[in-house]
Amino acid sequence: MGKLKDKRWTYSINFIAICLLFITITAIFNSGVLGIRTTYIKGIATTACYTIIVVASLNLLTGFMGEFSLGHAGFMSVGAYSSAIVTNMLSDKGIPDILLFIIALLVGGLAAALTGVLVGIPTLRLRGDYLAIVTIAFAEIVRVTFCNLEITGGGRTMSGITKLSDFSWCFWAMVICITCMYMYVRSRFGRTVVAIREDYIAAAASGINVTFYKVLTFTISAFFAGIGGAMYAHYMTAMIPTNFNFSYSAELLTEVIIGGTGSLTGSIIGAAFLSSLPEVMRQFANYRMLVYSVVLLFVMIFKPSGIFGTYEFSLTGIFSKLFRKIKRRRFIR
Amino acid sequence: MSSTALFVQSLVNGLNQGAIYALIALGYTMVYGIIRMINFAHGDFIMVGSYTLFYTIPLMINVGMPAWMSVLIAIVVCTVVGITVEVVAYRPVRGAGSMTALITALAMSLFLENLAMILFGANPKSVPIIFNLPSVNIFGAKLQLNYVLTLGIGIVIMIALQLFVKNAKLGKAMRATPQDKEAATLMGINVNHIITITFGIGSALAGVAALMYCSTYPRCTTDMGSMMGLKAFIAAVFGGIGSIPGAMIGGLIVGLIEIFVKVYIAPGWYEAITYSLLIFVLIIKPSGILGKNISEKV
Amino acid sequence: MNAEQPVLKTSHLGIAFRGLKAVNDFNIEIGKSELFGLIGPNGAGKTTVFNLLTGVYRPTEGAFFLNGEKMNDKKTHQIVQAGIARTFQNIRLFKKMTALENVKVAMNMELTYSLCPAILRLPSYWKQESEIDGKARELLSLVNLGDKADVVAQNLPYGQQRRLEIARALATGMKLLLLDEPAAGMNPTETEELLEIINVIRKKLDISVLLIEHDMSLVMKICEKIQVIDYGETIAFGKPDEIANNSKVIEAYLGKDNE
Repeated sequence: MGKLKDKRWTYSINFIAICLLFITITAIFNSGVLGIRTTYIKGIATTACYTIIVVASLNLLTGFMGEFSLGHAGFMSVGAYSSAIVTNMLSDKGIPDILLFIIALLVGGLAAALTGVLVGIPTLRLRGDYLAIVTIAFAEIVRVTFCNLEITGGGRTMSGITKLSDFSWCFWAMVICITCMYMYVRSRFGRTVVAIREDYIAAAASGINVTFYKVLTFTISAFFAGIGGAMYAHYMTAMIPTNFNFSYSAELLTEVIIGGTGSLTGSIIGAAFLSSLPEVMRQFANYRMLVYSVVLLFVMIFKPSGIFGTYEFSLTGIFSKLFRKIKRRRFIR
Repeated sequence: MSSTALFVQSLVNGLNQGAIYALIALGYTMVYGIIRMINFAHGDFIMVGSYTLFYTIPLMINVGMPAWMSVLIAIVVCTVVGITVEVVAYRPVRGAGSMTALITALAMSLFLENLAMILFGANPKSVPIIFNLPSVNIFGAKLQLNYVLTLGIGIVIMIALQLFVKNAKLGKAMRATPQDKEAATLMGINVNHIITITFGIGSALAGVAALMYCSTYPRCTTDMGSMMGLKAFIAAVFGGIGSIPGAMIGGLIVGLIEIFVKVYIAPGWYEAITYSLLIFVLIIKPSGILGKNISEKV
Repeated sequence: MNAEQPVLKTSHLGIAFRGLKAVNDFNIEIGKSELFGLIGPNGAGKTTVFNLLTGVYRPTEGAFFLNGEKMNDKKTHQIVQAGIARTFQNIRLFKKMTALENVKVAMNMELTYSLCPAILRLPSYWKQESEIDGKARELLSLVNLGDKADVVAQNLPYGQQRRLEIARALATGMKLLLLDEPAAGMNPTETEELLEIINVIRKKLDISVLLIEHDMSLVMKICEKIQVIDYGETIAFGKPDEIANNSKVIEAYLGKDNE
């Protein structure tokens, strides 16, 4: 079919555009244009990478599937700690860093995914507001558990984690993760999940095993949050379980909603923008959250679907619109 | 301490803790029962009440009034805050779906917490002693009489609320509203007023809860609200959300479990156990001990 | 295929809610390609029967069989996958999705590509998506919505929304189609169009249909046999002209003479 074949061509275009973006960014970093602040800004960019992954993963759950998670930081935490423990064990085995990085991400993702399945199966049949409370409880249980186990630092800071999060690696890991999420959404899985959000009774009446798809999406969302957590751990090199508290979960959810539930573009831009803010506005940390909460309120009252709504940025879409405009002008002349 | 004394002390502390949770849970359950909405910001209303007490108790003492009179000011402040939040934030999104309502409540919670952080600073504040009641010795355990007061006030309020909701005209209107808003309106009930009044009562209860909390734990921080709110929510759900006696029972049970786990099982894990209990209850019987199941009509 | 197993057979099917029997001793046998009507006054329990047949409610007594297989304990999606599909009294479409997407959702059972092919966009993904795209468009044409494929469901006029719901039900590949008041709220022209569509469906797809309707002209015209229920009890069953002259039926709808 004409429409479906086109997509493969657009994938190549998008890939080239991302490569160009990457080359531009690294060129800026390497050229010294930013002077002494280069490392600092590189750090922010790396932070943006894992924040984007986590926010997008939460959007998958909350935006596309319409289920609440106020405990997403819990999945990050599981990913962060499990990956840190594994890399600590493997650190002196002479494994090249890039491989270690990939292992860390996969371990974090899988650990979080496993937790996702365990939590998801019994709880996903609960009503929306109850599920929200359960997710908070879950994240708190994770926090208390990690505070009490010696292997995770026993409530003190766990430090000495190998620094593996180089900007380029993080950038490409982020690209891969976002691509996977995008492909998931634009397939029968995404379609099913949105149908469940729209009307789960009608979805069941259309032959869909609602519980299965809910748990599946929940697990995938947890998987990517775990990857984000692993990236976090190997960038910060030190962390404490209370870093992944309710406040952080609430912040992530705010970012998803303001950016636009159901729009991966919104999550990317929102996360990138909002993760650079804390650094820029360090002394205004509390004002930042205050402003978020007011913005969130306005979004809820006036545009509940978020700033970007369900809009997805499409490079080829812009090209074809431009192309049509040029064609029209030529015709008029 | 002898083991009997330890047991009795734990019982006493547990009941006190439970009574505080029960008072908070009553506020949650009232609002949920009428508006079918979990007011996430309820715990933060208590935080507001506590900070009010921090500032008004010295005032009261200066004027020569007993310290506990400041609860009246706290109640007024909490009620005003509660009603303002309802009118400004919750009313515009009413009917837009429970997810929107929940997020709006979350936004309000974050707003109140961060506003408090800016106004009052991050350092915890010590609330002056409210009740100067003596303590009594039972089986070697120390029973502070203000614990009895807390429990007593909780029971009195619960009975009063239950009677009000069952018998008073306003109470009946409050029960009719969630069942069928249109029919209620046709019966001459001003739904908006009812909801606002419900919120007012719930927030006033938060003021009382603040007083009781501060008399046991005389410290207020800006984040005290959310965690307390979560535990009280557990209590409300456990007892059956929407049920007033349920909130009382749920609160007492959660408080007892917390203290007993802290003392006898593992002090570092008590929170995890309380939360696991919540998840367990929600999975097995979401309607709680005294609650009723409501399912969607096809 | 099993020699004359009826497509649907119910045996003393019933459900009681806290002692109140919403449906009692419901018995029906629908064969291949037959079109039966289920009528009765408001509140008689017709939609409850549908809910029983689609697993929304668990029967508290009796049983029902699809092509001889007992379906009592199955969940809704399992029953749909086995071959019973329905439309709803108050339309339940996926409002924010397009008409085409609504239909495609119901075809999920046909798509077998798993996560890997989906994410890596392997050939099986393209092939299967192409196939159902074609099939979905065909179904939309069948209900005269061929040109509305890309319209968002909530923007369709009421009559077209009802037809879209039928197309979606058809997409499940069912053997028995339950239509819950498909003509509700339609004007005479739309009702005629619906009649046409139901006839076309039966001819082309060779399926059995059970229809709940209040529009008597539609019911009399199209149904081969009609079952009448009132207060959950079956009060009559037979051909349209038999039912039209049945005194109990008239009484149920119009009330007793001396009241």
